[in-house]
Amino acid sequence: MNRRDSLKALGLTAISTTVLLEACKQPDAKTDVAAPEETAKETGREPWEIDRDKKLKSETYFTKHEMATITVLADIIIPKDDVSGSASDAKVPEFIEFIVKDIPEHKVPMRGGLKWLDLYSFNKFQKPFVEASADQQISIVDEIAYPKKARPEMQAGVTFFNRMRNLTASGFYTTEMGVKDIGYVGNAPNQWAGVPADVLKQYGMENVKV
Amino acid sequence: MSDFQIKKSPTVYDAIVVGSGAGGGMAAYVLAHAGQKVLLLEAGQNFDPRLDSHQLKWPWESPRRGAGTVRPFGDFDASYGGWELEGEPYTQKNKSEFEWFRSRMLGGRTNHWGRISLRMGPDDFKPKDGLTDAWPITYADVKPFYDKVDRMIGIYGTAEGLENEPDGIFMKPPKPRLNELFIKKGAEKAGVKVITGRGSVLTEALPNNNDRAPCFYCGQCGRSCKVYGDFSSSSCLVNPAVKTGNLTVITDAMVREVITDKDGMAKGVSYVNRKDLQEYQVNGKLVILGASACESARILLNSKSTSHPNGLANSSGVVGKYLHDSTGASVSGFLPQLMDRKRYNEDGLGSVHIYSPWWLDNRKLNFPRGYHIEYWGGMGMPAYGFGGGVAQMNGMVPGRDGKMKEAGGYGKSLKDDYRRFYGTGVGMAGRGTAIARESNYCEIDPNTVDKYGIPVLRFNYKWDKDEILQAKHMQETFLSIMKEMGAVVTSEIQGADTNYGLLNPGKIIHEVGTIRMGDDPKKSALNKYCQAHDCKNLFVVDAGPFVQQGDKNATWTILALSMRTAEYILAQKKKQNI
Repeated sequence: MNRRDSLKALGLTAISTTVLLEACKQPDAKTDVAAPEETAKETGREPWEIDRDKKLKSETYFTKHEMATITVLADIIIPKDDVSGSASDAKVPEFIEFIVKDIPEHKVPMRGGLKWLDLYSFNKFQKPFVEASADQQISIVDEIAYPKKARPEMQAGVTFFNRMRNLTASGFYTTEMGVKDIGYVGNAPNQWAGVPADVLKQYGMENVKV
Repeated sequence: MSDFQIKKSPTVYDAIVVGSGAGGGMAAYVLAHAGQKVLLLEAGQNFDPRLDSHQLKWPWESPRRGAGTVRPFGDFDASYGGWELEGEPYTQKNKSEFEWFRSRMLGGRTNHWGRISLRMGPDDFKPKDGLTDAWPITYADVKPFYDKVDRMIGIYGTAEGLENEPDGIFMKPPKPRLNELFIKKGAEKAGVKVITGRGSVLTEALPNNNDRAPCFYCGQCGRSCKVYGDFSSSSCLVNPAVKTGNLTVITDAMVREVITDKDGMAKGVSYVNRKDLQEYQVNGKLVILGASACESARILLNSKSTSHPNGLANSSGVVGKYLHDSTGASVSGFLPQLMDRKRYNEDGLGSVHIYSPWWLDNRKLNFPRGYHIEYWGGMGMPAYGFGGGVAQMNGMVPGRDGKMKEAGGYGKSLKDDYRRFYGTGVGMAGRGTAIARESNYCEIDPNTVDKYGIPVLRFNYKWDKDEILQAKHMQETFLSIMKEMGAVVTSEIQGADTNYGLLNPGKIIHEVGTIRMGDDPKKSALNKYCQAHDCKNLFVVDAGPFVQQGDKNATWTILALSMRTAEYILAQKKKQNI
């Protein structure tokens, strides 16, 4: 199989192939792998997997209020900055709605955690979390975002926030926006020639051989 | 059930092969290329990496972002199956926790395996410590077949001249990644040898082969390769064998038993079609089992007849016994020196770039045999679980301002931490020799059938002191390597209460030994050509025949032994012995 045939086997179009070959020459260039067509998505899946995904997508777990709270929390965890957008810009709340249905052990801890948060906020500020002011919200988050220094009675909140933070990171860094932010530049045909010379030098590894 | 019938085919094949993984695929390949008319039965559905692989997909193309919810090794992993299959249970005895990974697809588990392709060495076939039975064959017997497999399929590596880690016929190896250079340096200080990995990935064009292209370094072998740049049985063995015109493949054919005639010879196989649920019977002049060590044992134990009351090939009673899987334990952490590292594509190839072959002398240790070490780390593609450790790690090292900060957090500062820690991860795992013991076995559970009515396997497996002490040694070694390379350990420190992190048996997916070969028919099921002592036209070509596995991954030996058996079959046919 020659290079052209193998690119064909990868399902790359003529346009994306050109972009790709360019990208191979210049490691910093933008890669643009062709988006798979709707039908192509169905290959390589067992029928029960496809049915399961359809079923999960047709169900709704979180209430509107819960989704609003998740959105506020996700954007506190990953806000917009100079490099990339916020969690909600990357549709993290929608991902969390899906993943709790996909991995049901998230369901009760998430629902219960959101309830815990509202109750704590209500006792403190006489408002559910989403209706509290930004400063009030942050004051609560500060009490549950640092596991080692959190007061013992906040443990339920800490456990919930750990889960929320993990799901937010999972949801954000697996989007196009998140992948660009983190700087993962692989997933494209290339020739691996080893660690670049400047990097070897930076770490004093020029003479380390396997 | 008035319409119940068994559909019998009038065709008599030269051979029926059960299972299309490494063993079954190789037997079918050799026989079909020699002009034999072969029928290959696969319990799972069709799979062709070129069409069905999820190679080069991005995490957002999976609604679960690659999580292992439906596929244990991630949503893009090339495996239809897993630790549990709907309607196909297995059971445990005496609180065993054996875990059994099954792939139901053409090519079986070779579609997603790690491609680590190690030869067993002279001491693995003929152990010098006398602790386990010797194989009835030596390394010298198998070497020519390892050589042929190397040439036929392709493998990279470097010649090292290590006696019990025999060199092969290698293509050029991949260059090490940055974290692997740290590992090399640290491991050497800890007294652990590190050499280039050995894997069945084409780093060069394979001579005289127009179907397979060299690796293009996406690092995704586990998803299977659309250009057939790595070894899987579907792409490298079954598909080419079909092209000869001599191989017929039937998928979704779940074999119940081997049918024998009144003289006790194999005459065919009965199976249920998983899609139409109809019963079928096919005939062959010989039957070759390659369904996996445990599944082939199950078929034999379920093939009872007046000639074979104890199950086929089981007059010795050894079928199912001596089950053993590699030991496994691991440590992981991160390299603070790599924080804020420069970004570039270091996907490399999807098998190991480096590894540590067993390097010590057992006379000075409190456990027999040994283990090799596999390493990982670097700037991988984000997936579900990404960044999970950052909220702990950011309390372990100074922040940008040089001051320690509180672990956890949120907001712009946390977002900065995700960037800082990206690509710093590093870890290692041991894969070691577990002793083959008669007391570790699978057997038919008399009380349980699967949804097809086939009696299922019940496992009885306990780790012994030998394996536990080996895991303890692994932990000590790993921590010492981590320390010498300046890494911070983030995985839990394992002690005696958790058997030093020794994973459950079965978990490494190197299970072997259930249909062992040997010269003595009272102590073995097969002769040294993997031919049943009790049934001359029955062969086993998966990992069932292994007498004792070394610390080497099983696949390369399965391929070599299956090729050897297939060539033996051809020679015996010529002599009209079978």
